[in-house]
Amino acid sequence: MTATTVRPAGPGSSAELAAIRTQDLRKTYKSSRGDVEAVRGIDLDVPHGEFFGLLGPNGAGKSTTIGMLTTLVAPTGGHAWVAGYDVTKDPVAVKRRIGVVTQNNTLDMQLTVAENLQFRSRFFGLSKSVAARRADQLIEAFGLGDRKNAMADQLSGGQARRLMIARALVHQPDVLFLDEPTAGLDPQTRVNLWDILQVLHDQGQTILLTTHYMEEAEALCDRIAVVDHGTVLAEGTLDDLLADAGAPTIVTVRYEEPVPAGLAERAGLADRPGVTKVETDGDQLRVFSGDSEGLLGDLVNIGAANGLHVRDASQVKPSLETAFLALTGREYRE
Amino acid sequence: MATTTHPASIGAASGDGTEVAASIAALITDAPVPHPTLLKTFGAMMAREFRVLGRNAASTFIRAVMQPLLFAFVFAYVLPKIGSGFSTGSAGGGITFSTILVPGLMGSMFLMQGMFGTTMPLVMEFSWQRTIEDRALAPVPIRVLAIQKITAGAIQALIGAAIVFPVVYWVHAPGQGPHIHVSNWFLLIVVMVFASTLTASLGLWLGTVVDPRKIQMIFAVVLLPLTMLGCVYYPWSALHVIRWLQIVVLINPMVYMTEGLRAALTPGIGHMPLWAILLALLGGTLAFGALAVRTFRNRVVN
Repeated sequence: MTATTVRPAGPGSSAELAAIRTQDLRKTYKSSRGDVEAVRGIDLDVPHGEFFGLLGPNGAGKSTTIGMLTTLVAPTGGHAWVAGYDVTKDPVAVKRRIGVVTQNNTLDMQLTVAENLQFRSRFFGLSKSVAARRADQLIEAFGLGDRKNAMADQLSGGQARRLMIARALVHQPDVLFLDEPTAGLDPQTRVNLWDILQVLHDQGQTILLTTHYMEEAEALCDRIAVVDHGTVLAEGTLDDLLADAGAPTIVTVRYEEPVPAGLAERAGLADRPGVTKVETDGDQLRVFSGDSEGLLGDLVNIGAANGLHVRDASQVKPSLETAFLALTGREYRE
Repeated sequence: MATTTHPASIGAASGDGTEVAASIAALITDAPVPHPTLLKTFGAMMAREFRVLGRNAASTFIRAVMQPLLFAFVFAYVLPKIGSGFSTGSAGGGITFSTILVPGLMGSMFLMQGMFGTTMPLVMEFSWQRTIEDRALAPVPIRVLAIQKITAGAIQALIGAAIVFPVVYWVHAPGQGPHIHVSNWFLLIVVMVFASTLTASLGLWLGTVVDPRKIQMIFAVVLLPLTMLGCVYYPWSALHVIRWLQIVVLINPMVYMTEGLRAALTPGIGHMPLWAILLALLGGTLAFGALAVRTFRNRVVN
């Protein structure tokens, strides 16, 4: 990163106009077994009021990125601003303006549900009485009324996650960071949390969400950055990503027997209209196509003509998953 | 700040979408505007410590009282009763062993309570859940959080040391009570403040550099040597007969705590020069404090 590309935060600067902005943000962890480049130059620009998703498999660098943006991880290169403040030069100003829901349960286990909210409010300068009222308000709104005096370690996973979100909102943050907020939760609880996040977003809350669940990013985010191995592979709305990646329908047929070498070529699969790629992998034949009409039936027939018996078949419509596959050339790993 | 009730709640079975949206809208639009300052946040963090301390008061008291109680019982009651031990008796110049023991026990309590009152919570906070992030995200520099932890540990150390007084006054054999006279309150307060801060700093430093899985090692490698060679059971001047040991123990901060307390509580017993005690306590507090703040910050911010 050269000095000429640095844009200090200040009145009217783009860093100030954006809720989150990063330039060539990097993090390398030093260790005796060699350096690990967790983040390799990420550029983000998230305007106020946007629901932005960082999507990638475990180990992609999402949590490290969110750690740098929330001042708990020191960048080793590049720059980042949150709410117009430099995360390395003015971390206290950043902390005043953010709410963070971490991947781990970081509730204060020595305190009750109400006390977790009251003390967090008081950390942010609210008086004892105002903090108590704010806690009551959040407890009711987040459906924790019957657990108000329970110790934090007695909450279920879903309750704990709701309390963490409530805690992150006590001081009306400009930007809400959510690091894998639904990881490990059952589907019902996950959908409940999605409802919460959607309503928050509808109220104009800027949210940065990291997730390794494709459907979560699809359901919630205005824009998504697909991250893997510490870099942004693609960024945009879901439609942008699908269009840019040329995300095709993927038809996969798995046979009882190994697919003979050269079968795809002999059958002329690559020459079909709309087909962008054909893969043979052991007993599987996978075809990527923008026009999947009749493709599945043809693959079954081609197999039958060559003595192959179908074990199972699948057809995956264009989605983030197919876009990820097209971007990286490999299956999405959760 | 809204004081109205909110009929709809997120995640609850009742309430339609409109009500939930209104509830959330109220949370955001009616939110009080925070005005955090360093002092307010520090005060709130201390209030949180006192809340937790109060909740665990019984277990904390039992933990704090057991050591001085057992020491006083064995050294000031059992051993004099069975006619052995360290007692010089009133015939030996009027100095009972409990008189020698009081400053030593207080020093030992400073170490136990100050160090472990700081180290043990850190072990939990730095475990894989990293609950330390709860307070690391408070709107103050990380070093302020470190200083708050030292302050909380120091207060625990002061409370722990204060427990020694009633214990040694009540638990002793006839004629074996301690003879304590505070000739210099200022000196006593200064030594107690330095001793508590130093041990809490030591605790914070150890809590941030020792692998949580090996924290028990602190008992064997740190606590035991510091206590046994910290002039808890004998005044430093008595070590002149083992000159090399008298010199070696000078690296032990416990020596200066116990000697400082002897100077303040039992001036009749020989002790180190005051300038050496105060210089060592001041230097040790500043050195370990600075080191602890630095290692804490490095541990919190990856």
